[in-house]
Amino acid sequence: MKETVQEKLKILADAAKYDVSCSSSGGKRKNTNKGLGNAEGMGICHSYTEDGRCVSLLKILLTNFCIYDCAYCVTRKSNDIKRAAFTVDEVVDLTLNFYRRNYIEGLFLSSGIFKNADYTMERLVRIAKKLRTEHKFNGYIHLKTIPGASDELIKEAGLYADRLSVNIELPSENSLKTLAPEKNYAEILTPMAAITTQLKQSKEEVKLFKHAPAFAPAGQSTQLIVGASQENDHQILSLSSQLYQNYNLKRVYYSGYVPVSTDSRLPVLVNPPLIRENRVYQADWLMRFYGFSASEIADEKHPNLDLEIDPKLSWALRNLQVFPIEINTADYELILRIPGIGVKSAKRIVAARRFTPLHLDHLHKFGVVLKRARYFITCAGKSPELRDYTEQAIRRRILFGEGSVRNSLVKQQLELFQQAS
Amino acid sequence: MHYYTYDGTFEGLLTVIFEVYEQKAWPDKIEKQGQEQPGIFAQNKFIPTDEVKAARVWTGLKKKLSENACTDLYKTFLWEQPGFEMLIFRYVELVFASQANIEENFAADCVRQISQISRQIFREKHRMEAFVRFQKTADSLFYATISPDYNVLPLLKDHFEKRYADQRWLIYDLKRSYGLYYDLEKTDFISLEETQVNSKTGALPNNILEEKEPLYEQLWQTYFHHVNIPERKNKKLHLRHMPVRYWKYLTEKKPRLNG
Ligand code: SF4
Repeated sequence: MKETVQEKLKILADAAKYDVSCSSSGGKRKNTNKGLGNAEGMGICHSYTEDGRCVSLLKILLTNFCIYDCAYCVTRKSNDIKRAAFTVDEVVDLTLNFYRRNYIEGLFLSSGIFKNADYTMERLVRIAKKLRTEHKFNGYIHLKTIPGASDELIKEAGLYADRLSVNIELPSENSLKTLAPEKNYAEILTPMAAITTQLKQSKEEVKLFKHAPAFAPAGQSTQLIVGASQENDHQILSLSSQLYQNYNLKRVYYSGYVPVSTDSRLPVLVNPPLIRENRVYQADWLMRFYGFSASEIADEKHPNLDLEIDPKLSWALRNLQVFPIEINTADYELILRIPGIGVKSAKRIVAARRFTPLHLDHLHKFGVVLKRARYFITCAGKSPELRDYTEQAIRRRILFGEGSVRNSLVKQQLELFQQAS
Repeated sequence: MHYYTYDGTFEGLLTVIFEVYEQKAWPDKIEKQGQEQPGIFAQNKFIPTDEVKAARVWTGLKKKLSENACTDLYKTFLWEQPGFEMLIFRYVELVFASQANIEENFAADCVRQISQISRQIFREKHRMEAFVRFQKTADSLFYATISPDYNVLPLLKDHFEKRYADQRWLIYDLKRSYGLYYDLEKTDFISLEETQVNSKTGALPNNILEEKEPLYEQLWQTYFHHVNIPERKNKKLHLRHMPVRYWKYLTEKKPRLNG
């Protein structure tokens, strides 16, 4: 027994790790039954992998047997790897014992498709149900829905899970056709829409009846693979933005494609496109917290994100007519658009200027990166720069100017390249 | 020159502040008794803790500040770094000297510093919530050793009470020699005469552990090593999130148990 669980854990953790989402945030499950666990509010990363990713949940597959053959996936049928399957009780036992020792926030369970979609989904639901009802477990549960699973099962899953996800993986129908021939967009978007409807309905019900059962209170998320197919960043970001708007997703995760396969349908990649993945995350962040629209960040004329500079600086340089922005009077939304000023420093600026007019010195103390911000602001009418620079000049000065970010940027890139080699 | 000393409690510090205002003798230094350096010109004046006086200062502050700002003052006390007493004093002085609420006046040094300290404390507390690793003993106590940079144990109570309502647990700060113990009904501060804890690893001796404890530790190590994606290795990021000084008590960072 000991041997087998150990062995299975190796195989089924390995198989699940390419799903990058590990968030345990947004939960609203309180420990009111003197049971085990509490999943309120912000998530906790209990550890970090050597690649610097958060380890918050026990992220495993129930099984890596799969009847499908998606090119980008290690678990695909045609791949020659060891297969394993946990029993329902093994997953329950691992989750509880890891949780009790404060190793994890909860469980993120996904699976290869064993026999058929419903057969697999039913087991995932059974595990969640057992944890909640038999063990009074209030920790976080994220279930990945199996493509093609029935509406009833998905609905039941939402009663026990905090979060549900349907992974889109490929950013266009076309890529899906070539790389995951057994899947289609309808099969992915239908359950996603069903979950969205359920989420809305449940919110209404909770308003009306206080004790109506909550449906996946931490919402719904998905993952897109970056770099396994040829979509540009403009296409990826437009898709994400639609998903946020039309399906009310909590998060879209991006996974720089890690070559797990020598399948001829895939591009030949030596290293995962980590810088690009990072830029896409920054862009996503701008859409969610900085009030940017997808088309402001990338459009047909600029279809791909600049790898050298972050998307916010890139937008500022393309829109110099908006600047300079006066720190002492501009709206919060505009202040947020200044390169070198983040949410925290923007809030401080808006709070502190009620007490006293702000100078450069204050900004520095508030954590503003003046090396960037200086080209885009005035402080009490005065500009920190004596002259106007062109887009190219600012870019050059920020990248290469004295004491510029160039060194750290070059270092960062070298590090990223070295990591894989 | 006015140098004050107190007994090292938060109430003690508030009492000092009360006396300062009472006697209008503005402090140049406030320090815990026994830690003060003998000054040549100054006389150290020891102020005994007085709960009533402390409460008056605290109530006064609560009238002029939000609850969060008051908590930030307490957090600055838990911060324990040299000079924290004077920092708290300067903040209190600014509060009482101003008509309006000053807690967002980040242009004032003490306000900004205390807000930064509050963030440091929050981060350390959050780290402890993440990095505590319990070991289960034969009599079903879940035990964990910590030695945080700042004295955050008092801030951990709520979090762990809510989370582990159905198991007995003890979190022990080895550096400051006291712990937080939950017995299924209530949580108390305790201190142990002597501990069986290995001071290097924070671990309990094997003979008092529950039989399956090593198995779960080993399973966790296995899991930790298998979620890693070697192609994405990024040591710098790893260290930023998990500074080496926190590794010593982390199960997953200990030598692999074989199995
Ligand atoms: S269905 Fe899922 S597990 Fe199976 S090959 Fe496709 S992506 Fe992998």
